[in-house]
Amino acid sequence: MVLSNNMVLIPAYNEEHRIVSVVAGVKVAAPDAAIVVINDCSRDDTAAVACQAGAIVVSHPFNMGYGAAIQTGYKYALANNYDFLVQLDADGQHDPSCIPDLLAPVIQGKADIAIGSRFMGNSYKPPLARRLGMALFRKIVSMVTGRACTDTTSGFQAFNRKVIAFFSTDVFPVDYPDADMLITLHHAGFCVVEVPVRMFENSEGKSMHSGLKPLYYMFKMILSICVTLLRKKGKN
Amino acid sequence: MPIKQKIFALLICCFVFIFTINLVRKRKLREEYSVLWLATSLLMFVLVIRYDWLVSLTTLIGAGLPTTTLFICSIIFLMLIAVQFSIKISSLTDQVKNLAQENALLKEQCGRLAADKNEGCSGVKSDD
Repeated sequence: MVLSNNMVLIPAYNEEHRIVSVVAGVKVAAPDAAIVVINDCSRDDTAAVACQAGAIVVSHPFNMGYGAAIQTGYKYALANNYDFLVQLDADGQHDPSCIPDLLAPVIQGKADIAIGSRFMGNSYKPPLARRLGMALFRKIVSMVTGRACTDTTSGFQAFNRKVIAFFSTDVFPVDYPDADMLITLHHAGFCVVEVPVRMFENSEGKSMHSGLKPLYYMFKMILSICVTLLRKKGKN
Repeated sequence: MPIKQKIFALLICCFVFIFTINLVRKRKLREEYSVLWLATSLLMFVLVIRYDWLVSLTTLIGAGLPTTTLFICSIIFLMLIAVQFSIKISSLTDQVKNLAQENALLKEQCGRLAADKNEGCSGVKSDD
């Protein structure tokens, strides 16, 4: 039996310098929650540092990427009977003090999943190219779901056990789960809400969208959205 | 079709067929991957033997020469093989991912049990 039914999931890859402050921030914002760091086979001491900071650490045997790391966290939450889960990045971009606000609609049963939106509070200004990409997917998701969606690429999310179970299956796209996942959730009948959160610029400028990856991201996301729309509702 | 060309094509078909069967016999190739190789070598064999069928097929697809039809068949076969491998690799990638995740979760669970046994602190909020 778990003592707390909230879990905070932090996927991490080579974040030994920033993971301590993120874990400390989560401890202040959600003192009762279990903090689980998924170490995606970091080459530095992320696992040891996170463990010393008081987090539960699950380490991948080899690097599998962001999507697989968060899905391992969902599987951990499911196996350990957590009812609510919040996920945030290990690079310090997501402000842990927003966790209670993000969890509130999910715990109150007003939504199955709450997405932290960096644009509702107008606190975040990404580069122009990224802004254009985000605007395109925002438009597509809003059109498909029939609901205004301001941030389709946010990894700062909270959800209940039903969504945890749903994400633990092969339905979850481990390759950049973003706008396509929102459409899949909509088709599966989950209630999605957005909550304004604060996000910071990445201080080291390190991003998983570097080099040619943005081009692949655009291609993958458009293809994934198209095939998601072609699938039958509820059977994604 | 010139007789030399015919003999060469038949020999290739026989070689591919026997080589594939031998690989399956030695368990170096699974039956599921042998289907396309065997089917293609058989199809090529039939088309070479029944030259009139090859000519009809050439007329049907609008190719210039019967040998062109054989080349097109070979390219289609290679594409099908590539698609089959892509499907298999996708499936294996998912399986490897699931196994690695399972491995990571089990390792964490083992560490936690060992820590509990040694009355250590694993930092996991679970008991019972």
